[in-house]
Amino acid sequence: MTILIKGGKVIDPGRVNGPADVLIENGKIAAVGPKLKAPANAKIIDATNKVVTPGFIDLHVHFREPGFEYKETIQSGTAAAVAGGFTSVCCMPNTSPVNDNQSITEFILEKARAAGNANVFPVGAITKGSEGKELAEIGDLQRAGCIAISDDGLPVMNSLVMRRAMEYAIAFDVPVVDHCEDLHLSEGGCMNEGLVSTQLGLPGMPAAAEDVMVARNLALAELTGARLHLAHLSTAGSVRMVRDAKTRGIKVTAEACPHHFMLTEEAVCGYNTHSKMNPPLRTGADVQAIKDGLRDGTIDVIATDHAPHATQEKQQEFAAAPNGIVGLETAWPLTLTLVEEGVLTLEAAVAKLTTEPARAFSLKKGTLAPGADADVAITDLQEGWEVDPARFRSKSRNTPFAGWKVKGRVTTTIVGGRVVYETA
Amino acid sequence: MSFKHKHLLGIAPLSAEEIMLILETADSFKEVSGREIKKVPALRGKTVVNLFFEPSTRTRTSFELAAKRLSADVINFSPSNSSVVKGETLLDTARNIEAMQADLIVLRHPAAGAAETLARGVKSSVINAGDGWHEHPTQALLDLYTLREKKRDFKGLRVAIVGDVAHSRVARSNILALTKVGADVRVVGPRTMMPYGVERLGVHLYDKLDEGLRGVDVIMMLRLQLERQGRALFPTIREYSRLYGLTAERLKLAEPGALVMHPGPINRGVEIAPDVADSFSSVILDQVTNGVAVRMGILYLLSGVNA
Repeated sequence: MTILIKGGKVIDPGRVNGPADVLIENGKIAAVGPKLKAPANAKIIDATNKVVTPGFIDLHVHFREPGFEYKETIQSGTAAAVAGGFTSVCCMPNTSPVNDNQSITEFILEKARAAGNANVFPVGAITKGSEGKELAEIGDLQRAGCIAISDDGLPVMNSLVMRRAMEYAIAFDVPVVDHCEDLHLSEGGCMNEGLVSTQLGLPGMPAAAEDVMVARNLALAELTGARLHLAHLSTAGSVRMVRDAKTRGIKVTAEACPHHFMLTEEAVCGYNTHSKMNPPLRTGADVQAIKDGLRDGTIDVIATDHAPHATQEKQQEFAAAPNGIVGLETAWPLTLTLVEEGVLTLEAAVAKLTTEPARAFSLKKGTLAPGADADVAITDLQEGWEVDPARFRSKSRNTPFAGWKVKGRVTTTIVGGRVVYETA
Repeated sequence: MSFKHKHLLGIAPLSAEEIMLILETADSFKEVSGREIKKVPALRGKTVVNLFFEPSTRTRTSFELAAKRLSADVINFSPSNSSVVKGETLLDTARNIEAMQADLIVLRHPAAGAAETLARGVKSSVINAGDGWHEHPTQALLDLYTLREKKRDFKGLRVAIVGDVAHSRVARSNILALTKVGADVRVVGPRTMMPYGVERLGVHLYDKLDEGLRGVDVIMMLRLQLERQGRALFPTIREYSRLYGLTAERLKLAEPGALVMHPGPINRGVEIAPDVADSFSSVILDQVTNGVAVRMGILYLLSGVNA
């Protein structure tokens, strides 16, 4: 299929930032330039007053399949992805069973092919069953298609195991991804430890529970020379340490989630379980530090930590409700608020969702360079809309942003040269 | 003034005036409990459900007595703890109770925020009888009622709250209530038992009991949760008792005539020496008596019969 995207403003970070047409042939980007001529059989997409970017890449999603299909499937998750402009997603291994072996990885990839929406890149487990004890068959996982390893949600508490994982991963050049949380320090906690947890009488998780593990991981990355990727940073301390580590040449990349730069612990008031996530929402000073980190490049990537949960699970008492929110269908307009605020330029915002995540996980994605896979998102930056969870493609509705008025809507998403999402 | 709240979820949403209104309402009901026939028809035809997800004898009995003395029909419902662990049951249980046309639900639950969650899900009025570490508003109100009987004015009253403040809903509700009515509140205990930023609740923090007791008018001892030993909050009951136990000797550091309070049940010889608990300074049993009157007042105000 041949597609010509005409009349838009193209932002391909580091390469193009201005009016241009994009020609797609045989699933690849054929050309980007002014006033391209439409081949005879081309489908024309009018992108006047819209921006045309590489399709977004989310390094951090939970698609719940296999095991928790009532929350999300690879089909529904990838449908949510493309509705949010994401053409590639990296799914975390905390399914049931855990993605710690080749068969599960192959199962996920097969489901993704059948769904035919976004590209799915599985993240394999670091340890068998994500139990933090014995290394998973990392070589096999990579050969089957895993692009990174992580025990996400269950941090590797044993520092020796983490060291060995990092050393072993070097042979396969896969990044080791850690959810930084000292499980002893955070034990029993269900929100940030701070004034709000004191007022609400909820057990807290101190910022230090994240900070000490960031410090440990950076020390181990320095020791081993491995590639380290830190998931969903939420504290000022983490940002400070990563900034320092980068200046010292440690191979570390980091991501932040929209909720950690949009919301503070105050959002938990009223015991709102849609504000319960891990890492928890922190203080205003932490939010500012995350923004500063995004601005100066300490934080390379914006990822969603898309974590679907069923309505009845989130209707429980706060302490009993599961952690996490869905994010794929709100991430882009929330990221655009950083552009509005002057934290990021539009091109930098696009980079945090395209070129930067591609670099962090060595994905051949996230660019509109000729010859690249034709993964494209087209956005009307001016279109305002109200977040209505009932209209999500995701199976789950758990978002703290319901009813928010946001700006910027994806109107077309193209994956491998196929239009997979279009607004009416 | 009239009482504008549909629920009593905590002290936090109340103004000082509303707290005083509750105490004044309780006055009129305290007299009822002293009569030969301890009953008034104020809540006749109303149904009060005591929904207790945690074992409790005193609070539940106190609410039951309060409701019965107001002529309400009372049902006690105590779902087993094992079903609580599975979650979900709170709203489902509450909807079942609602279907029985309960007018007021008195909820005790191990999870902070449970009363608020319940109030959002049902049409009945909800009274929080203790939710996790969050609040226990009727306990604070009966404590204030008792103080008002003995000390008259709250303004400038120096109150020391001693013990595990972090894990105590009684402490939280009392800090809120006492600071709202103008008392000068101190918290005393090891830092392992103090919640983050406790001073920002408007209290003074003392690490040492002797310093914390100096010159106070009221001492509120919190119950030591003995099962917390071994959780690194305190090394041994022996050491805790030596450092933070209230003895007759230490009581002398307080103002003469200082009151000793305790929400019960007491660990005699741990946080409070037996002779102190039984001394004339102790108003622990007055607290229990007043609890019924205060709960009658609250049930009455929330039942809407005065609207």
